[in-house]
Amino acid sequence: MTVLLPDGLVAVVKRDCPTCRLVAPVLADLRSRSLPLTIYSQDDPTFPDGLEPVDDTALDVSFALDVDTVPTLLRVEDGHETARLVGWSREQWAPFTGVADLGAGLPPHRPGCGSRTHDPDLAAARAAAADGARLASRRVELGPSEDDAEAMFERGWTDGLPVVPPTPERVARLLAGTTRDPDEIVAVVPPDLVPCTVEKVAVNAVMAGCRPDYLPVVLAAVEAACTDEFNIHGLLATTWFSGPLVIVNGPLTRAIGMNDGINALGQGNRANATIGRALQLVVRNVGGGRPGGVDRATLGQPGKYTFCFAEREHDSPWEPLHVTRGLPASSSAVTLFAAEGPRGIIDQLSRDAESLANTFAACLRATTHPKLALAFDAVLVVSPEHGRVFREAGCRRPSCSRSSTPGCSSRAPSSCAARAGSPRGSRTRCRT
Amino acid sequence: MSDPRVVLDPTGERQAPVRERTPRPATLDGAAVGLLDITKARGDVFLDRLEEQLRDRGAKVLRFAKPTFTKVAPIDLRREIAEQCDVVIEALAD
Repeated sequence: MTVLLPDGLVAVVKRDCPTCRLVAPVLADLRSRSLPLTIYSQDDPTFPDGLEPVDDTALDVSFALDVDTVPTLLRVEDGHETARLVGWSREQWAPFTGVADLGAGLPPHRPGCGSRTHDPDLAAARAAAADGARLASRRVELGPSEDDAEAMFERGWTDGLPVVPPTPERVARLLAGTTRDPDEIVAVVPPDLVPCTVEKVAVNAVMAGCRPDYLPVVLAAVEAACTDEFNIHGLLATTWFSGPLVIVNGPLTRAIGMNDGINALGQGNRANATIGRALQLVVRNVGGGRPGGVDRATLGQPGKYTFCFAEREHDSPWEPLHVTRGLPASSSAVTLFAAEGPRGIIDQLSRDAESLANTFAACLRATTHPKLALAFDAVLVVSPEHGRVFREAGCRRPSCSRSSTPGCSSRAPSSCAARAGSPRGSRTRCRT
Repeated sequence: MSDPRVVLDPTGERQAPVRERTPRPATLDGAAVGLLDITKARGDVFLDRLEEQLRDRGAKVLRFAKPTFTKVAPIDLRREIAEQCDVVIEALAD
């Protein structure tokens, strides 16, 4: 913002500053001498009393002048600042104003106070507003009688649950979660094959309820979903129940507080819930994949709202999923799988790894139909209690895999191999 | 904060282009008819019968198949069909 300053002296003050209150009589003295003086007040448009200050409580002028300390005194010639003082110093103010006995009764020197532009909340809000103004997405003005939440439903932008209205400020704050440029194309999103920017992902992530630090995971998930390997178009078009399951690995899962423990596949964790939801909102809103449209699911399943969890790596009997799929353990990554809803396997009788693996295999053979064991892939999530059995038996994943696939030698979804993701899974590393 | 009543459009902001349909041919006599099998089970049975009937009517029949029904047809296949055929019939079956 450019501010056209009046020529003469310009002072920026706030009532909350003792030094500003101290110099109020000095400003009154300057005004009484008919010197050209304009005063901007940051916090109280009546301060200093009787001197007709200009209201700068919105801080537009203070930000434009990059005021650091109050009081700030400027000399302005032809609309441009030519000199600046901060705080009170008789030694400096007297020659600056040309009034030799200025502030005679005041102490010779007092430091000023921090400008209100440094208020952390205010600075963040203004930065967000300024960043928000630079975003490219179309602005949609909501009507005065519209409820914000209802307005999102009425425009067809939600998955059936309320969303957070994506104001420019919220989107700008979310974009702070990545170093990627808002204009960068993340993926071309089916079915409409729309080039999707980092910004569009952020808009939908705001709606889903994400925090800024989740954004790298959401971006990676969108990227993975739109690869030919994962084929989100086919996943939408199928009449089958499936939707994208996002499995997250690596240190980022702990940093952003993902749940890899009790109820990991269930509700109650913001990161798990909103990352999976953000992906689905991108597919819906950017890609145009909607139920009844290209999404031809006959019945669907509740995991299509959101289905995302982290692997519990620290006490797993096996290496993490993303390591098996070729990434370093120190990296964070997502692996996508076209998943139906979870179903349980119960085995409270097996006392050794082989017996337990046989239980898994028997159950996995019947996930869709016992005669179609080879037609469908599966992800097997092994709980820590069952994992302990394999760990104590020293059962490595490949040997476990062989023992758990009787009668399904070619490509059966085995207990441990399947855990490494299906051939159609797609993994993408998270970039911050 | 700016006006909280303004939100950013979460959609692709895409206007669907209007595309004209290719006019239907008045007759299939002498036309090259492509039969595209999307490789769902028993789609070939349906197309075999269709091919018989089309040949009886004097059409030239060309057969094509997608590598998998789960994905859109590869661009090379689409181009091949467009270059060789006057009309195409796609079989969905299960």
